[in-house]
Amino acid sequence: MGSAIFHGDVKVTAMASVLIDSIRKNYGTASVLRGVSLSIADGEFLTLLGPSGCGKSTLLRILAGLDVQDSGSLLIGGRAVDGLRPKRRGVAMVFQSYALYPHMTVASNVALPLRMRRLSVFQRFPLLGRLLPATARIAAEIDVEVTRTAKSLGIGHLLARKPGQLSGGQRQRVAVGRAMVRHPAVFLMDEPLSNLDAKLRVQMRAEIKELHQRLGGTFVYVTHDQAEAMTLSDRVAVMLDGELLQVAPPQDIYADPDDRRVAEFIGSPKINMLEGVVRERGLIDVAGATITIEADARAGAHLTLGIRPEAFHLADHGGQGILTGFVRMIEHMGSDLFVHLDLAGIDHPLIARLLAERAPHIAPGQTLHVGVRPDRVLLFARDGRRLRRQAESGRASVTPIRESA
Amino acid sequence: MSASTSTNRLSPPAAILRHAVLLATGALILVPFVWMASLSLKPPGEIFRASFSFWPAQFYGVENYTKALTEVPLPRYMGNGLVVCVLILGVQILVCAPCAYALAKLHFLGRDLLFGLVLVGLLLPHQVLSLPLFILGYQLGILNTYAALVFPYVVSPFGIFLFRQFFKTIPDDVVHAARLDGLSEIAIVWKIMVPMALPAVIAFSIFSVVSHWNDLFWPLIAVRDQSLMPPPLGIMAFKNEEAGNDYGPLMAASTLVVLPLLIAFLAAQKWFVEGLTGGAVK
Repeated sequence: MGSAIFHGDVKVTAMASVLIDSIRKNYGTASVLRGVSLSIADGEFLTLLGPSGCGKSTLLRILAGLDVQDSGSLLIGGRAVDGLRPKRRGVAMVFQSYALYPHMTVASNVALPLRMRRLSVFQRFPLLGRLLPATARIAAEIDVEVTRTAKSLGIGHLLARKPGQLSGGQRQRVAVGRAMVRHPAVFLMDEPLSNLDAKLRVQMRAEIKELHQRLGGTFVYVTHDQAEAMTLSDRVAVMLDGELLQVAPPQDIYADPDDRRVAEFIGSPKINMLEGVVRERGLIDVAGATITIEADARAGAHLTLGIRPEAFHLADHGGQGILTGFVRMIEHMGSDLFVHLDLAGIDHPLIARLLAERAPHIAPGQTLHVGVRPDRVLLFARDGRRLRRQAESGRASVTPIRESA
Repeated sequence: MSASTSTNRLSPPAAILRHAVLLATGALILVPFVWMASLSLKPPGEIFRASFSFWPAQFYGVENYTKALTEVPLPRYMGNGLVVCVLILGVQILVCAPCAYALAKLHFLGRDLLFGLVLVGLLLPHQVLSLPLFILGYQLGILNTYAALVFPYVVSPFGIFLFRQFFKTIPDDVVHAARLDGLSEIAIVWKIMVPMALPAVIAFSIFSVVSHWNDLFWPLIAVRDQSLMPPPLGIMAFKNEEAGNDYGPLMAASTLVVLPLLIAFLAAQKWFVEGLTGGAVK
């Protein structure tokens, strides 16, 4: 197995944009979706990212027609699909549990959507259906397509097996094959990789990306795994408590979050959140230090400073804009060090990600000075809203994810 | 047998006690059958002898079985039993599977109430309904036909209950996938749910066939024509009219009646157990 798994000429014929307009959904008194609106472009790979229970799977099910919204409307390819049954919506779905039919062979699993569409009720009738004139010809065509799809997914040799005899990764491919065999306009994927082990997950992630590039269809992908969201997506929609917090390309979601909750959800280790007070224009007191940052806030206002671990750099001595703390713990990650620092007046340790080669002799218990570039500090108001500085507005600053200080 | 049981192996006295209880219970259930088979091989004189032996002193099996098969239309009775059981089972599955699917996987108002009614149906002994059913059969004009033997059993609360429990263990995603693949709800029942619940279907089939093959009460009420009688009713008629106290042929007939069930059960034993414990292990 390798990167050349998805080959062949299976193409998506119909393409479609998706428009989600103020969808609401309640289960009893619990509000699962609170007016979600989202526009997905034709051929886009959009990821719905959020912790479990945020409503992302519900939204996907509503999109598929498996669940019905309380209010709001859906358009797929410019066509209102609200009242349509799942099979009429032109969407295909890959489930977390794969949801293969265990009593059918791989070939039958993949062929079923085609059989349901191309053969009439009478032609599908057991035994007698085979006697009808066109049945054999259509069945042969279906066979050809199933074989072609299976080969393009590297499961051509498994067609006669039943799902119970396959490994997790193979089942996943069968589920993908069943979705793509009928050339849907929109692919819906509900955490398709979360049942795989870590190594296979990374491999399948790359294959799904390749599949998207090859098929060119619209993909809506649900996950709670930010690595999947960041690596796969054209845009990521971060969801929390039934609301979309931000929809943006992965690098913007990371470097330029709109909301404190987005900043905290994305990034590992988690972004450092420090409470600060504006001393005067351009100066903020935080954790016993004073940092020079232009903030659009009055003197005395309380703000939260969000600082990514890699935004810190090692400083030789204390001073303006330098935070000082005791090293509590060090995690060696190979090229990087995660240094946990106890700062005066802050109850949880600050985590700084430093390049290992530049910080060779840090030991627990020692005093450490770390500086931070003002332009790498994200400011949040008390209600969690992002406070942008003048220079930042307009989404100009795009910072590479992997850059270390 | 070896390593796997060693973890919770009982001490020898406990093991002996347990086996003694199991053997005694097993014997209690088996002895009447063995006795029946044994009597079917004995001549009349030996049947009422005070001393008891399993094996006949004088082998009289051929005579008894010949008599059982020729003096009354036993093959006809068994044919009737087969027709009635197959009809009942077919219609029951046809009715129960969609009902159970609706109760297990669809969301609609009053579903829980309906399921409650199924459970009530499960509690009612069939005899309670015999008089209303008899009147209904009379009104429909189907008494003394095969239809009379079949119609009270068309809906089986037990079947609905068993199927529902099994269908509930099938993940919703499978149903969702089937809907996206273009299957109608009816197609989901027959192409996905029933094949996946095959162990439950087999277990139910055995229950259904055994109880209706052996049913005496309702056929006694519903049919009078000898050519429509299922095996137990036929055996009863046989005893009254033909055999008198001639127990040998009677036991031979009984043995012949039980035999198909025995064979069917042994053949399907594996699925039967799986069907009743299904859902415990996914």
